[in-house]
Amino acid sequence: MKVGVLALQGAFREHIMSLEALGATAVAVRLPEQLDDCAGLVIPGGESTAISKLMTSYGFYEPIRRRHDEGMAIWGTCAGAILIAKEIVDAVPDQRPLALMDVVVRRNAYGRQVDSFEADIEFDALRDPFRGVFIRAPWIESVGAEVEILASHEGHVVAARQGDSMATAFHPELTGDPRVHRYFLEGVVAG
Amino acid sequence: MENGSGKAIGTLRVKTGLAEMLKGGVIMDVVNAEQAKIAEDAGAVAVMALERVPADIRAAGGVARMADPTIVEEIVGAVSIPVMAKCRIGHFVEAQVLQALGADYIDESEVLTPADEEYHVDKWQFTVPFVCGCRNLGEALRRIAEGAAMVRTKGEPGTGNVVEAVRHMRTVTDEIAWLKGLRGEQLFTAAKDLQAPYELVKWVAENGKLPVVNFSAGGIATPADAALMMQLGCDGVFVGSGIFKSGDPSARAKAIVEATTHYDDPAIVAKVSRGLGEAMVGINISEIPAEQRMQERGW
Repeated sequence: MKVGVLALQGAFREHIMSLEALGATAVAVRLPEQLDDCAGLVIPGGESTAISKLMTSYGFYEPIRRRHDEGMAIWGTCAGAILIAKEIVDAVPDQRPLALMDVVVRRNAYGRQVDSFEADIEFDALRDPFRGVFIRAPWIESVGAEVEILASHEGHVVAARQGDSMATAFHPELTGDPRVHRYFLEGVVAG
Repeated sequence: MENGSGKAIGTLRVKTGLAEMLKGGVIMDVVNAEQAKIAEDAGAVAVMALERVPADIRAAGGVARMADPTIVEEIVGAVSIPVMAKCRIGHFVEAQVLQALGADYIDESEVLTPADEEYHVDKWQFTVPFVCGCRNLGEALRRIAEGAAMVRTKGEPGTGNVVEAVRHMRTVTDEIAWLKGLRGEQLFTAAKDLQAPYELVKWVAENGKLPVVNFSAGGIATPADAALMMQLGCDGVFVGSGIFKSGDPSARAKAIVEATTHYDDPAIVAKVSRGLGEAMVGINISEIPAEQRMQERGW
């Protein structure tokens, strides 16, 4: 199974290593034509402004939407969750979301870096709690009727799924715990 | 700092985690809100709030200190990307002030005049993460031992001359390769020679990389400079004077961002390098008196 990781900026290497450790073939995607044979795409954490500007400059919006329509699964972590949302609260001017999931996501929802934290998260579909690492993280402010909530923390949705799209506000790729990556590969890409 | 839910702030993972998110990106020096917005619009992953860029610090002489809090606050208020700010080496009160002002990362920096010639800041005492400069592996590991959650090779700030950045990056890379080839008992002597803690030396030898993210700094002025440093193995770049001392800062900033992402694609580096106007005027390192070389500050 071949999964792309958008490698314009951010923690893409950690996602590639996590996916390969589970037996998937993971490739760094820097140009849109590389999406063509990917069964799934991870949009990693990073700075959502920088990533969205590079996505615009290199023409990623239409190809990602088209490949998603054709069945390519998608998972956005942190900045990636912001970019796949239908709507972004506190976006910078001209920042366009891909609108692949019926969720509203708030950027920098928890505050500045001194407010960044880690905490145990009850993740639906995983038996034991998952250590969530939240770095200047967004939260999911509201979800549409078709969206399944996978995890909440202190009253805010921090992970959700809609069909073959998944968003997490936190960073499983920084923990060394493969369970969320496995859920994505087995439950979302193959599911 | 834990409570019942296992929630913890200021952990090493949270501090190094922000640096992980900056990888593959460009951090730009800015002196006011207008420049910060230009940097954000160009795709910077963070800005460094300063009173003067290094080239102007060099020209002005005298004692260079932490920026005025109004400048830091103005920049924090102007952009939504992370804001870094510099404190003097060893000046832990400037660091406390910057943390209180909402800085997302503190650069304990040789660009400013050192406040302590014996001790760097004990960075473990802070919730905010720190980045520190290094010229070699030993210096990097000493800073990490003090709590730095990110390092940057120093280069020579404010020169627009990439030669020192290259020297420091190659030195770190070569020393990591050397450690990887050593046997167990040799690592104890290597730790002594590097003047670095044995546990960190052993970690680097086993993993073949630094335990934290390493950016390149000090002299990057063109898209090709940025791509060069990325190909030499850094995780991202700081550009100080190189952007706002050039003819067309906005175009140059955007070009450096694109060259940093596509560093291994010469056709793209060529495309973005066209028509950027004047680069900053560079300085040859040999023309800078030894006592004015910023890289010598810190130990």
